[in-house]
Amino acid sequence: MAILEVQNIEKHFGATRVLEDISFSLEQGQALAIIGSSGSGKTTLLRCLNFLETPNQGKIAVGGKVIFDAADPATQRESEVRKKRLHFGMVFQSFNLFPQYTALKNVTLAKELLSQEWPDFKQNKKAILEEIQAEGRELLRKMGLSDREGHFPCQLSGGQQQRVAIARALALKPDILCFDEPTSALDPELTGEVLKVIRSLAEQRTTMIIVTHEMAFARDVADQVIFMNEGVIVEQGEARQVIENPREERTRQFLSRYAEN
Amino acid sequence: MFLTVIGALNEGFLQTLKLFAVTLIGAVPLGLVVSFGSMSSFPPLRWLTKTVVWIIRGTPLMLQLIIIFYIPGYVLPGGSPWPSGEAGRFLASAVAFIINYACYFSEIYRGGIQGVPVGQQEAGQVLGMTRSQIFFHVTLLQMVKRIVPPMSNEIITLVKDTSIARIISMQEIIWAGYSFLKGSHGYSGLLWPLFFTGVYYLVFNGALTLLFGWVEKKLDYFR
Repeated sequence: MAILEVQNIEKHFGATRVLEDISFSLEQGQALAIIGSSGSGKTTLLRCLNFLETPNQGKIAVGGKVIFDAADPATQRESEVRKKRLHFGMVFQSFNLFPQYTALKNVTLAKELLSQEWPDFKQNKKAILEEIQAEGRELLRKMGLSDREGHFPCQLSGGQQQRVAIARALALKPDILCFDEPTSALDPELTGEVLKVIRSLAEQRTTMIIVTHEMAFARDVADQVIFMNEGVIVEQGEARQVIENPREERTRQFLSRYAEN
Repeated sequence: MFLTVIGALNEGFLQTLKLFAVTLIGAVPLGLVVSFGSMSSFPPLRWLTKTVVWIIRGTPLMLQLIIIFYIPGYVLPGGSPWPSGEAGRFLASAVAFIINYACYFSEIYRGGIQGVPVGQQEAGQVLGMTRSQIFFHVTLLQMVKRIVPPMSNEIITLVKDTSIARIISMQEIIWAGYSFLKGSHGYSGLLWPLFFTGVYYLVFNGALTLLFGWVEKKLDYFR
C-alpha cells in the first residue's frame, strides 16, 4: 500500500489556477522527484502537502488514512492540522533556520517543545531532554556537521545551513521528507555537498519528495519522476524513463533546454 | 540654598522616574496586545484598534492628560475616580501615559513582527509548533532585535515627556524647578534650578543610551 496518496488536488489563488487535478502516489522508501519550469506549481504542491496552503479540491491520504479532504472541514481543524503536519518534513529553498539558535538547538527545538506534551514529561524531563540532545548530535554527525553544533546560522556556509535544515526536518522522524529546491540558493560547489546528503538518505530508503532543477540528480536518485507544467502533471513514471525517454512532447522540450546548458 | 534646591529637584526627579518606570511597565506589554489587535484577522477588531491608535497618536498627550484627569469627575455619578492630591495626579498621569505610549509601541512592534521573514513562521509551522510557541520561541527575539533602535528613541522621548504631567500639577522635576521661580522654600525668582533640571535629564538619558547600546551589542550574535 502506498504511504502517500494524493487525489485530484486543485488549488487556485483568486482566478489563477495553480494546481489542477493533481493525483499521484508514493510507496514507502521511495524517492519522488518533481521537475518542471518555474511557476509550474511544484512548490505550491509541496506547500499543500505541508498544510501551508489549503487545496480547494481533493484529498490527501497518508498510510491509508485521509488527513485532508477539501470537502470535509473536520479534516482541516487547526489543532489537528498541527499534528498532521508531522507526517511531513520540509526543507525550504532558503533554509529558514532560526538565526538566534545554534545549529544543535535548531535541530532539537521543535522536539523539545513537542515533548512537553508527553504524559511522562514532568517525571522524566531531564532524561527526555538529554535524549533529544543526543539524537540531535547524532543527526548533525550524519550530516557531517559534528564540529558545527555550537555555530549560529550566520556563521555557517549555505551548504552547511541547508544540511542543518535537513537534520532539523529529520529530527521529528517524518513519514515523508519534502525538499523544495534544496540547492537553488547554493553555488555549484555547495550544491554538491547537499545533494550528497540527500543521496545517502535515498540509499537508506527515506521516503522523499524532491522538487528540483538538477536533472541528473533526479534521474540517479529518484525512483519516480513527475513532470509538471502550468499546474498539471504532464508525465509521470520511472525516473530514468521520464528523463531519458520522455513520452510527452512538452517534457522533451523542457529537458532539451537543460541538455543545451 | 544649593542643597535646598537639589533636595527639591531630587524629590521631583523621583516622581519623574516613577512615572517613567510605571509607564514602561504598563505600556510595553499593553503595546503588544494593541499590536496583535491591529494585526488581527478579524476585521472589526482590527479597525477598532486602528481607530484608537489613530486618535491617541493624532492628539496631543497634554490634551489626553487633561481629559483623563478632569472629564471623569464631570460625567461619572460618583465624581472623580482619582484619589485626591498627588496620588491621584500620579495615577491619572500613569494611565494617560500608558495608553499613549502603548499605541506608539504597538506600531513599532507591528513593524518588528512583520519584518521577520514569513519563512520563519512557516518553518515553525511545519515543525508542528503552536502559534504561541512560534511567537515566543521563534519570532519574539528576532522582533526584539529589530525594534531596539526605534524603541530606544521612543523611551528617551518618554523620559522627557513625563514633564507634560505638570499640566495637571503632578510634581515632577520641571514642576520642582519652576517652583523656585514662582516662590517656594523661602526663595522666589530663582531661574537656575529650572535650567539645572536639564542636567538630570541629560545624565539619565545618557545612561539609557549606554544601556540600549549594550542591548544592541548583546543581540549582535545573530542576523
